[in-house]
Amino acid sequence: MTTLSNTHKPASPDQHAAPHSSKPKKAISAGQLVAALPGAVQKLDPRLMWRNPVMFIVEIGAVLTTVLAAAEPFLGGPGESGGSAVPSSFTVGIAVWLWLTVIFANLAESVAEGRGKAQADSLRQTRTSTSATQVQDYNPETNPGAEGAQVRTISSADLTLGDVVIVVAGELVPGDGDIVWGIASIDESAITGESAPVVRESGGDRSAVTGGTRVLSDRIVVRITSKPGETFVDRMIALVEGAARQKTPNELALNILLASLSIVFLVVVLTLNPIASYSAATVSLPVLIALLVCLIPTTIGALLSAIGIAGMDRLVQRNVLAMSGRAVEAAGDVTILLLDKTGTITYGNRQAREFAPLTGVTEAELVRAAALSSLSDPTPEGKSIVDLAAERGFHRPESLAGDIVPFTAQTRMSGIDLAGGGGQIRKGAGSAVLAWVGEAGPVPEVVLAELTAEVERISRLGGTPLVVATGTASGERTVLGVVYLKDIVKEGIKERFAELRAMGIRTIMVTGDNSLTATTIAAEAGVDDFLAEATPEDKLALIRREQEGGNLVAMTGDGTNDAPALAQADVGVAMNTGTSAAKEAGNMVDLDSDPTKLIDIVRIGKQLLITRGALTTFSIANDLAKYFAIIPAMFAGVFPGLAVLNIMQLSSPASAILSAIIFNAIIIVVLIPLALRGVKYRAASAPRILGRNLLIYGLGGVIAPFLGIKLIDLVVSLLPGF
Amino acid sequence: MSVWLGILQALTLVAVLVVLYRPLGDYMATIYTSHKDLRVERGFYRLIGVDARSQQTWSAYLRGVLAFSLIGVLFVYAIQRAQAVLPYSLGFDAVPEGLSFNTAISFVTNTNWQSYSPDVTLGYTVQLAGLAVQNFVSSAVGLAVAIALVRGLMLRRSGTIGNFWVDLTRGVLRLLLPLAVIAAIVLLAGGVIQNFTGFTDVTTLTGATQSIPGGPVASQEAIKELGTNGGGFFNANSAHPFENPSGWTSLFEIVLMLAIPFSLPRTFGTMVGDKRQGYTILATMATIFVISLTALTLFELNGAGTAPGLAGGAMEGKETRFGIFGSTLFATSTTLTSTGAVNSMHDSYTALGGMMPMLNMMLGEVAPGGTGSGLYGMLILAVIAVFVAGLLVGRTPEYLGKKIGPREIKLASLYILVTPTLVLAGTALSFAIPAVRADVEATSIWNPGLHGLSEVLYAFTSAANNNGSAFAGLTANTPWFNTALGVAMLLGRFLPMVFVLALAGSFAAQDRVPATVGTLPTNRVQFVGLLLGVTIIITALTYFPVLALGPLAEGLQ
Repeated sequence: MTTLSNTHKPASPDQHAAPHSSKPKKAISAGQLVAALPGAVQKLDPRLMWRNPVMFIVEIGAVLTTVLAAAEPFLGGPGESGGSAVPSSFTVGIAVWLWLTVIFANLAESVAEGRGKAQADSLRQTRTSTSATQVQDYNPETNPGAEGAQVRTISSADLTLGDVVIVVAGELVPGDGDIVWGIASIDESAITGESAPVVRESGGDRSAVTGGTRVLSDRIVVRITSKPGETFVDRMIALVEGAARQKTPNELALNILLASLSIVFLVVVLTLNPIASYSAATVSLPVLIALLVCLIPTTIGALLSAIGIAGMDRLVQRNVLAMSGRAVEAAGDVTILLLDKTGTITYGNRQAREFAPLTGVTEAELVRAAALSSLSDPTPEGKSIVDLAAERGFHRPESLAGDIVPFTAQTRMSGIDLAGGGGQIRKGAGSAVLAWVGEAGPVPEVVLAELTAEVERISRLGGTPLVVATGTASGERTVLGVVYLKDIVKEGIKERFAELRAMGIRTIMVTGDNSLTATTIAAEAGVDDFLAEATPEDKLALIRREQEGGNLVAMTGDGTNDAPALAQADVGVAMNTGTSAAKEAGNMVDLDSDPTKLIDIVRIGKQLLITRGALTTFSIANDLAKYFAIIPAMFAGVFPGLAVLNIMQLSSPASAILSAIIFNAIIIVVLIPLALRGVKYRAASAPRILGRNLLIYGLGGVIAPFLGIKLIDLVVSLLPGF
Repeated sequence: MSVWLGILQALTLVAVLVVLYRPLGDYMATIYTSHKDLRVERGFYRLIGVDARSQQTWSAYLRGVLAFSLIGVLFVYAIQRAQAVLPYSLGFDAVPEGLSFNTAISFVTNTNWQSYSPDVTLGYTVQLAGLAVQNFVSSAVGLAVAIALVRGLMLRRSGTIGNFWVDLTRGVLRLLLPLAVIAAIVLLAGGVIQNFTGFTDVTTLTGATQSIPGGPVASQEAIKELGTNGGGFFNANSAHPFENPSGWTSLFEIVLMLAIPFSLPRTFGTMVGDKRQGYTILATMATIFVISLTALTLFELNGAGTAPGLAGGAMEGKETRFGIFGSTLFATSTTLTSTGAVNSMHDSYTALGGMMPMLNMMLGEVAPGGTGSGLYGMLILAVIAVFVAGLLVGRTPEYLGKKIGPREIKLASLYILVTPTLVLAGTALSFAIPAVRADVEATSIWNPGLHGLSEVLYAFTSAANNNGSAFAGLTANTPWFNTALGVAMLLGRFLPMVFVLALAGSFAAQDRVPATVGTLPTNRVQFVGLLLGVTIIITALTYFPVLALGPLAEGLQ
């Protein structure tokens, strides 16, 4: 009933690894703006602008007004518009501010991209071509270490899938791959920012190495698992630079809505003059363009792509790499969070607290068996058993000969077969060990009852009962007793789960423990549900079941075992310490290998969506005030009665229209920091969040332009002619 | 006094609609979800070769809608052209081509725009076999499309959205026909005429001879209001004493117009299994209705000038038996649904008052809208509202558990695009093409200037939104208007239906995401405000500039 399923977790996964990740960046600085300016001007290229239909319309308007402004002096100045005279500098003013509108929009994108550039540059250095020692005719059977094998030196750029290379201390790993032989300490700081070296070894879940990292000690043989140009670092660079950015479904949908709003207003503007001609109130082209630009949703159109890039960037700052923007969006939608108990909910290192021998077994016997089976177990649990055993008088033998039986998620037990007829020892989940004992003959009822009672007692305490059994060479197998491993729930985790619940996210704890232990820990940690005695298959089935009910599931994982579940989950976060299979299957990689970060990822996903919604709402709500500025101004000459609608009391028609255009441009710059930083997200129920955001961005969007346009008008009215 | 009488009328109306909401709404839900066929329906299905149990994909459903409507147009066109040889034609000649085209489209699209004077143009055969039949079926088509959309929201992972022929048949046989019979009897009791006597010459008190038309009016009148059709038997429509004799018949006709559209939210709520969703939609519709009615009534009560001052309000174009409130209530009801029947002349309203019926239609006729079309129009706006504000809670938007992705927003956007484009392009073309403009100014517009512009704008607004009411000062029986308005009616009816049915298919195919506390709730007061805001900003603002050129400029002179 007990398992060690999680013992292959990193020793202290809850520490925030990379120091640079914890330092929050300022949203924007003047220097960043200046640095982004050339990029912003370059983006004026219509072939690039075309991808953003809203701003493309503005650019066309800017070109048209510029041509008009240049031609006007030769055509006798600007004509009347809507029956009122227009100051001579009006068209120039509109043209200038339209260009500024487009540039401000490009600036937002450039600034957002610029933030990823620095990181991309340092990553790119790791990609510089190194030489690789390629093994010819590698034979894993006869010569796994490739000692004395025939090698040749080739450029790392020429490595392909399946090549086998030797890397020795001091060299850079030439490409992504799995260690097939050897163990080495590796400096991965180029990628994770974490300076402490990590140990990688063949077999198991820590065999993956990343191209560009440096081997600090020993010699390893690596099988390359990525094609050139498609390595992890390549993908990272593309991601942080935003080059690989594809529009996410939601972004696409929003773009469609913005485009169709633009089309509606284009129709409004195109049909206006024919209709106005009946009342002899036709307006001039610059005024029409100004009206169009004010009505189409330029604010969100300008900032949409910056919001997306900044969202990815926020993840990068937290050392999480999302393989697609789609995954970030999905993170905001997650309704179920699958969390491994060990390392996420409880501290990874469970400590042995007690040896509980069954009747007829001395404590010394149990202590010896438990300790012997744990001597070659490198996990914190194994070490703590040996330590506790030492306190109880166990002396470590000089040498230990035997076959180690490793833990697997399927057998849920581990142990040792001692050499020379020394017998077998198994420890692990109660059910698994009992099954093993049962293979030799039925377990006596008395023993079973006592064992069950003991296991239940420990489980109720929230501990993990580890059953120990031995087998003699003659085939007899006996249960000795139970080791009590104490599990400690992390501080503050309960509050975080409560927060998640308030967001509408259910947490499910996944554990190899029996359901009694799981119940205790689940109650202590405040998770909504748990999956006890879980095998990887159970986990996959759980995800499928929840998805069939329409839920979106997020999980973390690192082992190859987890790969199917990671691939099945809507948001699968692979730990960087994990296997390549896990990293390949997930759609995010956490460089810090911190499973609790899933909660942050969900927040960032939500923040991204909220920011998009907030600026859309704001942008559309702005139209109301712009109408009240422009409509009375447009026809003021012909229909002076419309002055009633000039509720802002703007000084003149020309000033009203120019002020609206200026406001329209300036609001983009004002909102760049918000777009980059994201709207603040507080965990609360949807109606409360909605109410709050509607108040700020909806009502604010209605009111702000009234004030802004009025203020700008006060300044513009000082210009001669306005 | 008259104000209190008006309020009493309004309260009576509200009380009747409240009483009807649950039983009528639930009855409609039962009609469209029942698995049983009536014997007469089974016979009909055998006749047209339809398997009532078979389900259609959205595109098959759409093909049904379009094919059925096309046949309707051809038939109504043909019998108008053949009027001269038909029985009971009262001696009227064949209807000219352009007018036949316009009228055929008008009745099939549930618009009932009338470029002609019915009492001097159409005989009984065309009125009954052509127009009255379309009054029933065009209304049932609208209902069917709305129900298909609701089904899309209701179903999970379904490739089909129902069977058009079944929905159509049930709508006519189980809903419209029985209600129309009851309504006709009530109207008969109220003094509406019903005969086949043709014209009766009478000698008036002064000794002059007058030709009084007769006809099967009560039966027409009932479905005209109930099916939000609006095409009158007489030119004066519901202002005519034979169609609408008294104050209470007028109120009864308003009840008929509003009964089905205002009860459909209940049908929606019942079908999707959350009655509060229905109440949210209802509350949004009712709020718009009350605001619009109040504004119109205030404009009319405060009409400037000597005559309105003496009359205590702008009485020009209104019947004294209805009064200001009886007229504004009717006008608001007829333009916020897709009815278009009138008991007063909107053209004679004060300038700002005349803007209100126009604005009502420009909102897309969603409060409560036509039979079916109002509900699907409002649901499309809900999709847009959910999309914009749904993001604000940090989830990709979903409505009733259905994700609003690129495909859904594309369809909703296209829906929103149709009518403004038709209205504005139609109005602009009337003035932009020199030959057309000359004809429009010389023949059609009777009130040159700002009011003339409003008349043209009103015509296209009414046609594209399938309302059918008119700003009476416009002569629309010209080649340009018959054609342009015909096209506007056709596209304004069926393009949106294409998008609605495609959306229904898209929703039906989706699974339903379970609601959590993190989901944007669409069944609260908050959402009513949101939907109101979106309705006003997305639809009404589109027309602000052009309104400023017409009624606003006129009213603020």
